[in-house]
Amino acid sequence: MIYLDSAATSLHKPPQVAQAAANAILHLGNAGRGAHEATLSAGRVIYEAREKLAELFGVGDPMRVCMMFNTTDALNTAIGGLIRPGDHVVTTEAEHNSVLRPLYRAEQRGARLTIVPMDKTTGRVREADILAAIRPDTRAVVCAHASNVTGNALDIEAIGSYCRAHGILFLVDAAQSAGAFDIDMQRMGISALCLPGHKGLLGPQGTGVLCVADGVRIAPLRVGGSGVHSFSHEHPADYPTALEAGTLNTPGIAGLSVALDFVMETGSSAIHAREIALARMFYDAVYKLDGVTVYGDWTTDNRAAIVTLGLAGWDAGEVSDVLMQDYGICTRAGAHCAPLVHRAFGTENGGLVRFSFSYFNTEDEVRAAIDAVTELAQEGS
Amino acid sequence: MRQKKPRLVITFETTTMALKMEKVCHAAGAPGRLIPVPREITAGCGLAWLAAPEEREIVLSAMQDGGVIPQDIHTL
Repeated sequence: MIYLDSAATSLHKPPQVAQAAANAILHLGNAGRGAHEATLSAGRVIYEAREKLAELFGVGDPMRVCMMFNTTDALNTAIGGLIRPGDHVVTTEAEHNSVLRPLYRAEQRGARLTIVPMDKTTGRVREADILAAIRPDTRAVVCAHASNVTGNALDIEAIGSYCRAHGILFLVDAAQSAGAFDIDMQRMGISALCLPGHKGLLGPQGTGVLCVADGVRIAPLRVGGSGVHSFSHEHPADYPTALEAGTLNTPGIAGLSVALDFVMETGSSAIHAREIALARMFYDAVYKLDGVTVYGDWTTDNRAAIVTLGLAGWDAGEVSDVLMQDYGICTRAGAHCAPLVHRAFGTENGGLVRFSFSYFNTEDEVRAAIDAVTELAQEGS
Repeated sequence: MRQKKPRLVITFETTTMALKMEKVCHAAGAPGRLIPVPREITAGCGLAWLAAPEEREIVLSAMQDGGVIPQDIHTL
């Protein structure tokens, strides 16, 4: 099986990730619940993970690294806990439903949205258009660092610098960039950084992270068990406990922690260079095929390793199914939970097929995918 | 009943801060260990740092140098 769906989750991980998760299941207790050795061991493992995440993403303080269950959880927490009725929010057409749906819910409660359009050919959103949409009553800009459909990346430092200078919150969805891009919250002016543990960071599913900038106060989505102040009616206000009610995913975080060792030792830039080389090898071979339309801006390598295409004469789901059944290649077909992207491209009916590449894919696997797409393109013409 | 010795007990707002305390004290070679918060301090739950009163100076020094923010410092 050739796995080209790393934008959905990392399948190939360093082997120590599974070992750490298994070890946690066998030996670790519930962090922050008591003071015996099993709970303290769990707490230490989670604290180490916070320290690594704080270092990797320039958070400045591991206490402001809050463990979530996925990026959607982090985005719901950040958007739900920061956006109030009457607030104006700027977002873009390139967003995933994990951004759009919490924002639509905020809109139902009285917030006002401006959705910045993307270029209907390249899918690019111009940073200048985002900044131009900011008004005196704008509370926040919410956007993805890189699109999960096109792979196009935004210059988040330019947006964040402007937001910081004007007192506007900047919430970043790093689902497709964390682990493969340089992200520094403090330098880039990011107020809340939402990311998955299981994609570019190569950890287990069920792990996500919300990093909160100094001075940003997010009202918790969940309240409940905290391990402290049990007789208070209020959930503790201090991070990270403020956003971590209930038992954490200790086995997942244990796996994530050793995955972070791999990512930090290898380096995000080396990981990105490898991934984008594989993606570009695929793109260069398929974009010129008759009947193939690749969506996204390929004038730069400053993008996620995602190649999304349509094949003339084929339904996207059918292509993905044939790729699996006849060629053993895993891809993702459909709307990719990004309805506004597909509406802008006019692909909401047929969908598109996404190929996403990992550090662990090989050139032979890319060649096999190129051969398969070439055959299907000829078949469809 | 076990005989109680005088204790230096430091409490924190979160268990994560208590774990940070453990890490910075170990790194600095400062004595002590994590214990459940004694009921003389609060009937809630949580973690506290336990050391001997005569170790106060070295423990507080490690705590401050490591950027650990205590909730309270007690001598019981």
